[in-house]
Amino acid sequence: MPQITYREAIRHALAEELTRDPNVVVMGEEVAQFNGAYKVTEGLLAKFGPQRIVDTPISEAGFIGMGVGASMLGIRPVMELMFWSFYSVAFDQILNNAANVRYMSGGQINCPIVIRGPANGGTNVGATHSHTPENVLANHPGVKVVVPSTAYDAKGLLKSAIRDNDPVFFLENTILYGDKGEVPEAEYVIPLGKADVKRTGSDLTIVTYGRCVIHSLKAAEVLEKEHDISVEIVDLRTIRPLDIDTVLASVKKTNRVLIVEEQKPFASVGTQLAYMIQREAFDDLDGPIHRLCTIDAPAIYSPPVETEQLPNPARVIKAVLAAMA
Amino acid sequence: MSKKPSATADKKVASAPKAADFTQAPVNAALTAAQKIELYRLMVRIRRFEERSLRAYQGKNPAGGTNIGGFLHLYIGQEAVAVGCCSLMGKDDHVITAYRDHGHAIAVGMDTKPLMAELYGKITGCSKGKGGSMHYFAPDKNFWGGHGIVGGQIPLGTGLAYALKYQGKQGAAMAFMGDGAVNQGAVHEAYNLAALWNLPVVFVIENNGYSMGTSQERSSAGELAKRAEGYNMAWGQCNGHDVFEVRAMMDKHLKLAREQSRPSTVEIDTYRYRGHSVADPDNTYRTKAEIEEYRNTKDPIQVCLNQLLASRVLTAATADQIDAEARAEAEVAAEFADASPYPTPDDIQKDVYWESDHPAERKSEGRLFFD
Repeated sequence: MPQITYREAIRHALAEELTRDPNVVVMGEEVAQFNGAYKVTEGLLAKFGPQRIVDTPISEAGFIGMGVGASMLGIRPVMELMFWSFYSVAFDQILNNAANVRYMSGGQINCPIVIRGPANGGTNVGATHSHTPENVLANHPGVKVVVPSTAYDAKGLLKSAIRDNDPVFFLENTILYGDKGEVPEAEYVIPLGKADVKRTGSDLTIVTYGRCVIHSLKAAEVLEKEHDISVEIVDLRTIRPLDIDTVLASVKKTNRVLIVEEQKPFASVGTQLAYMIQREAFDDLDGPIHRLCTIDAPAIYSPPVETEQLPNPARVIKAVLAAMA
Repeated sequence: MSKKPSATADKKVASAPKAADFTQAPVNAALTAAQKIELYRLMVRIRRFEERSLRAYQGKNPAGGTNIGGFLHLYIGQEAVAVGCCSLMGKDDHVITAYRDHGHAIAVGMDTKPLMAELYGKITGCSKGKGGSMHYFAPDKNFWGGHGIVGGQIPLGTGLAYALKYQGKQGAAMAFMGDGAVNQGAVHEAYNLAALWNLPVVFVIENNGYSMGTSQERSSAGELAKRAEGYNMAWGQCNGHDVFEVRAMMDKHLKLAREQSRPSTVEIDTYRYRGHSVADPDNTYRTKAEIEEYRNTKDPIQVCLNQLLASRVLTAATADQIDAEARAEAEVAAEFADASPYPTPDDIQKDVYWESDHPAERKSEGRLFFD
């Protein structure tokens, strides 16, 4: 099976959906002529032309709102935020309009938009460019939130996201763009709301998503070899809708939970997970639910220190040991 | 497209309407008598609906509770703007507006019973009681709301135009806003996109002189529609108390959009007799004399009536009958609203996701809702 990068997987998904459905339009800053700030959309302009791959001016509220309006008439815009950090510039359009228009109209309208782009720290770009807003987005009924960790997941989930008739927010990671993985050439989709057990184990369940899956897999190797601890890793893949059943099945098996997330602590995704796990699997737990998250401060610039602010394999190992103690 | 400066009368100064006869503009001269009467009737129906909804807001229901909660932004005094603009809609033209949307809703042809029921929060409301006064929608009539955040609907309007152009339709989007919206950043972003990409949208500024309690002079630097020049966008300005003047102005701009796919901004000077919303005591920013002056000299319904009486399109008797029917219609709407049931708690989580409303076609898995 071919190995392609996470970046290429996303690009292939876009190309396939652009080919399949003439209503799909890719738009965003630098997506066309520049070939994408992170080269995700490289080559798409040449292949599909300027009607389908559209460079927008720097006006997130304007073009995201425009995409929402166009989707009410049947266009299916796939809009890139160069950084998901810029969502706050378009907050009203994303979380008041896209999220609510269906409800406020009593179900007469739907907004089949996708907003995609990288949401991550770890690249020394500072406090305003390092946001991971999946928790903020997922707090809003009416939206769907997807955070893929591998090339295989990214391609299958993005195709599902584009075909979905609700607003779907797709959060990538610049550091994962270069990661290679096996991706079939034949077409496939992955349904939203289905978690994936990335590693089976018996002593503790790590519930995680995004780049933290990769950190957790590295930590799990060390924990197995050096500490004889067998860690199961549940990759949520989608935050909303949430596959809590796969999480609970794992908790039932291992009886210990560590949530690993690149999130500031207060009201993070993990906060919601912890509530649900203790509510629905209280008797399966041998100890409190632990969490490893970003250290609670704006994203620091200083490169080596930022690595310590975020989850990383060493911090995951420490956290697992603490949870097992 | 040349810009049309207009000597708009100062709202504080009484002046009789201009002598110019817009009924002779081609788009109006082509109207039959019946069509002219329909324009008049629409304005009367809007007026009586608004007045009846105000009484409903102020009154109590049979159980002793309130009929209408939250916001009610009345369109009384502005009727000629919505009626004039919407009367020009072709099958591929679309409308979006802000929260003072009852006039537009009636002007595009929505039935007043579900409109009133929506105010009452009943399941028979046009948005099933989920939106309220600010969120009337009718996709089947190309009416896309009804929006609460000032200026937030304007990028959506640019999006409607984008879709029309993408789909090769010869239609135009009319995106309405008030004078208070013109300073929102999102509005400027929408202007730039429309002008940069030649999108078929007419941005309509319904300038009633006040954004809530803040006059135009205290809000906005420079003239409002004229800002379009900064975006190389055509613009116009006209009075909004004469439905035929509104039509004459808008016809040009809609043609610019439909036929040349070029956007423009039109400022229409109008006035509201009531406060910003029912919560506005309306005693801090303007005088009663100013309101009376407008009502006595520029009431859009009276202006139209005078025109139609003078040209013998209408008789006084017919006008009275139209008024009686409009009042009766509003009463029927209130009775319908009163008699209708509320949504149940089970309805709260319907109409959130297309997928949860179409379970047989749902592709995703997992939990969409939480508790």
